Amino acid sequence: MNTRTQPKLARLSDALATYEPVIGLEVHVELGTNTKMFCGCPTTFGGSPNSQVCPVCLGLPGSLPVVNRTAIESTIRMGLALNCTIVPWCRFARKNYFYPDMPKDYQISQYDEPICVDGYLDVDVPTDDGVTTVRVEIERVHMEEDTGKLTHAGGAGRIQGADYSLVDYNRAGIPLVEIVTKPVTGTGGLAPAVGRAYVSELRDIMRTLGVSDVRMEEGSLRCDANLSLSRSGEPWGTRTETKNVNSLRSVERALTYEIRRQAAILGAGGSIKQETRHFHEDDGTTTPGRSKEEAEDYRYFPEPDLMPVAPDPAWVEELRATLPEPPSVRRKRLQQEWGISDHDMQSVINAGAVELVELTVAAGVDQASARKWWLGEFSRHANENDMELTDLAVTPAQIADVESLIVEGTLNDKLARQVFEGVLAGEGEPSDVIKKRGLALVSDDSALVGAIDEAIAAMPDVVDKIKGGKVQAAGAIIGQVMKATRGQADAARVRELLLEKLEVS
Amino acid sequence: MSGITRDEVAHLAKLARLDLTDDELDRYSAQIDQILDAVAKVAEVADKDVAATSHPVVMENVFRDDVVTPGLSAQEALAMAPAREGDRFRVPRILDEE
Amino acid sequence: MSADVLRMSAASLAAALAGKQITAEEVTRVFLERIRDVDPQIHAFLRIDEEGALATAREVDRRRDGGENLPRLAGVPVAVKDVMTTVGMPTTVGSAILDGWEPPYDATIVAKLRDNLMPILGKTNMDEFAMGSSTEHSAYGPTRNPWDTDRIPGGSGGGSAAALAALEVPLALGTDTGGSIRQPAAVTGTVGVKPTYGSVSRYGLVALASSLDQAGPCARTVMDAAMLHEVIAGHDPRDSTSLPDPVPDFVGAARRADVGGVRIGIISELTGDGYQAGVMQRFTEAVETYRGLGADIVEVSCPNFSYALAAYYLILPSEASSNLAKFDAMRYGLRVGDDGIATVEQVMARTRDAGFGAEVKRRIMLGTYALSSGYYDEYYGQAQKVRTLVQQDFDAAFEQCDVLISPTCPTTAFRLGEKLEDPLAMYLNDIATIPVNLAGNAALSLPVGLAPEDGLPVGLQIIAPHRQDQRLYNAGAALEAALEDQWDRPFIEGLQ
Ligand SMILES: [Mg+2]
Ligand SMILES: [Zn+2]
Repeated sequence: MNTRTQPKLARLSDALATYEPVIGLEVHVELGTNTKMFCGCPTTFGGSPNSQVCPVCLGLPGSLPVVNRTAIESTIRMGLALNCTIVPWCRFARKNYFYPDMPKDYQISQYDEPICVDGYLDVDVPTDDGVTTVRVEIERVHMEEDTGKLTHAGGAGRIQGADYSLVDYNRAGIPLVEIVTKPVTGTGGLAPAVGRAYVSELRDIMRTLGVSDVRMEEGSLRCDANLSLSRSGEPWGTRTETKNVNSLRSVERALTYEIRRQAAILGAGGSIKQETRHFHEDDGTTTPGRSKEEAEDYRYFPEPDLMPVAPDPAWVEELRATLPEPPSVRRKRLQQEWGISDHDMQSVINAGAVELVELTVAAGVDQASARKWWLGEFSRHANENDMELTDLAVTPAQIADVESLIVEGTLNDKLARQVFEGVLAGEGEPSDVIKKRGLALVSDDSALVGAIDEAIAAMPDVVDKIKGGKVQAAGAIIGQVMKATRGQADAARVRELLLEKLEVS
Repeated sequence: MSGITRDEVAHLAKLARLDLTDDELDRYSAQIDQILDAVAKVAEVADKDVAATSHPVVMENVFRDDVVTPGLSAQEALAMAPAREGDRFRVPRILDEE
Repeated sequence: MSADVLRMSAASLAAALAGKQITAEEVTRVFLERIRDVDPQIHAFLRIDEEGALATAREVDRRRDGGENLPRLAGVPVAVKDVMTTVGMPTTVGSAILDGWEPPYDATIVAKLRDNLMPILGKTNMDEFAMGSSTEHSAYGPTRNPWDTDRIPGGSGGGSAAALAALEVPLALGTDTGGSIRQPAAVTGTVGVKPTYGSVSRYGLVALASSLDQAGPCARTVMDAAMLHEVIAGHDPRDSTSLPDPVPDFVGAARRADVGGVRIGIISELTGDGYQAGVMQRFTEAVETYRGLGADIVEVSCPNFSYALAAYYLILPSEASSNLAKFDAMRYGLRVGDDGIATVEQVMARTRDAGFGAEVKRRIMLGTYALSSGYYDEYYGQAQKVRTLVQQDFDAAFEQCDVLISPTCPTTAFRLGEKLEDPLAMYLNDIATIPVNLAGNAALSLPVGLAPEDGLPVGLQIIAPHRQDQRLYNAGAALEAALEDQWDRPFIEGLQ
């Protein structure tokens, strides 16, 4: 399936023993505004091709852009959440290059005058012995517009070898925010994990801010990863820029691959070429793209169709007041409220379930049960179906309903799992599922007594053991009763009734 | 003379996506050289400490509300397309890095 | 009647229509017939929309008969420069690359013409993408000057100006990036106005240089221009550079026509050397007329205007090189060389080479150069500094004067072909109009007589500060009226 020639790779441990990786990340996020950056077309995902276009985003002759206020506000809020300075005055520029997915053959972007500068983000990076916090400095946050979507006909759907291509401009003009870090140094072997944790944290911030739904699988977050290696105390080496790194896992893999590839070249006395490279999800490799010498000359100049943006300090403060609690602060607060260990908290974070657990607790479920459901049953279901936890068709309120039925004794754990199975399958509310599947516990003592009597009669030897003081032997009889009632009995109640009957306590 | 070379003009043509003939290259090289000579005059104000003006009339913060407005149907969008396939624009093969 | 209708001003036509002395359909038919008669020689029009124009005219008549109160210019025909998008009529911008392109939307100012029930007779010829001063750069053949068909009608809006001069239409729209309304007006003996940048919507004008382009009225009298200007002016939320100001009373200013005590400045850098003798003679006489009308004449100096032409020929090509990138054969327009083997890059390059004319290609390459890394500061950056200096010169001059004047062009209409192979000589024709675009001011050109040596019209340019366009109409109408008295005949009678 893969015909790429594999370059020599160094062992990661050898590479890190000799070289210090320097990473840099450029993340593009599609904003969740109602309309595009410069026109009133909707931004909803999945419309039929070229159904969400107008003269402006199609780049028809004569059309003109007008800036979406909400996009500016979202970007400023994002900058504030990343501890940036909001500049008092900035402009859009045109980045000129020809490409069929770009309707005007220039992209309206910010160039030397980004709206947010000089921020940072503290990210918690899991290590073998706990969690370490790394500060990633942000160079800039700027606005631009997305391009259309190409599909390639022939050549196995890839651009290479395709006979022709097709363009859908629905995505063209959707507001993009680009967040560029300063070089991150001194993280050693943690570098790939830092990259991943940074993108993950960024994603959490966007979601908390409500500025983007950040669905990586729909391409609403895209990442370029820069990497260079240097020997300690020496100047930084030549960097490569790896494009198309579009999942958290890919960030880590792409950086790791580049560390090993570059180390092998340097180790053999070679030198690194400054170039863009492309990451391949299928095998985790990168291949060369454009070199520095072939780089386009983008001929940036101030966009003459737009006026400057000069955020009034009062406006910025108004926006600052709308910022929610930062995810890192919130996580610390929740860990304290729940009274759980670093390790347990990290599990919740890794599962991407912080907010879901929080909401579930808020719905009245105790934290241990909330974590148990989200990290257990639901994570498993999401994994099996290749879904995000947030996309599962189960709500905190439903979890609270089911939990109260467990406390009441109407359901046991096993039945509760079946209830959720039904809920996730779209069979309705928990009460509907219970009714349709007939899942309630047998709570009528008289029905249980019959089953218990039968079990006692069938297992005289066990009864003797219990009467002889070996109460733990009761499990066999309880199991028999549960079997007879097809699991719909409350095991605790069965035990109570059995011991009562045998006059043991 | 501005000293722009024929090779430079050929590079400009490539950047600007103009498939010029040799004849055109010769002619434009001479003319562009001549024009550049004339416009190089702007360098004479180089020492002046003046701000750049990119808009003749300055305004700031011209925004629109984030409200959906009617656009074109796919039919209208594709009506003038040189080539199409279904509801997409059809374009020649893209020779590019992978 | 029809000969009268042809020569009537738009204002008189509007009055006759309102007084039901004539129907809009009759008026429209008279002009359509005139176009049929003379346009084969003039070639002012690229396209006639007989049906559309007559439909609008009939609607005007029907609604007027129904007793409705209609807009002032309802029923007065108008022509539209082919740079403006029009639903139902192709928009080519004078270029082969857009041959037959039917835009799915109207330019804002075209929509305003429709809202005002003005029958749109057709689309007028222009230099390709508005690059030129002669309309010879149209892919569809040149327009000829009605005063002498061997001469150019000016450009880029030669079609609109020639149509007015040849009595094919009473009103027209143009766009002015470096003089494309004013210079054609000057060389055809008509009136043309470049409004303050941002005061007329650019939405739907196929952009040449976004920071310089401005649409404006073309007419045969100052009053007519004022009336059309009121129709098209005003804020447009679809144009981010559109000023939020209310529209001033241009018609009132044209009616006032009183320059008593008005301070009029002569820009010394825009007179004398390089200007044709007959042009200077008529200009000087006009200055004396103004003095006689009670104006205070002052001499002002704008030293940085000497850099204006150079700055303009960097800023315009730079912006144009980017604005014209979209003509890439992907979504609309011409596609050349798509043989199934050629790459997208090759098809783009072949199409653009085949679809653009020589002047367009020249300017695209010039602009590409001026913006490219390593040259940006030296060229584009410097040109923007010049722009600041030109603006400062204007600011200083307007401290001493209410309006400024100069000849609109250094010469009268030159011969077809005369400057076609000498771009620099062609560019020099706009030396007096370009500073206005760089600074964004308003300016008007009106005829002030014929040059004695060649009998061709001479234009005078009046320049007003930003957002003071009404001053153009006051000063313009005063001079126009005085010249009429002086010569004892409407100036337009000089037309063949
Ligand atoms: Mg970018
Ligand atoms: Zn749109």
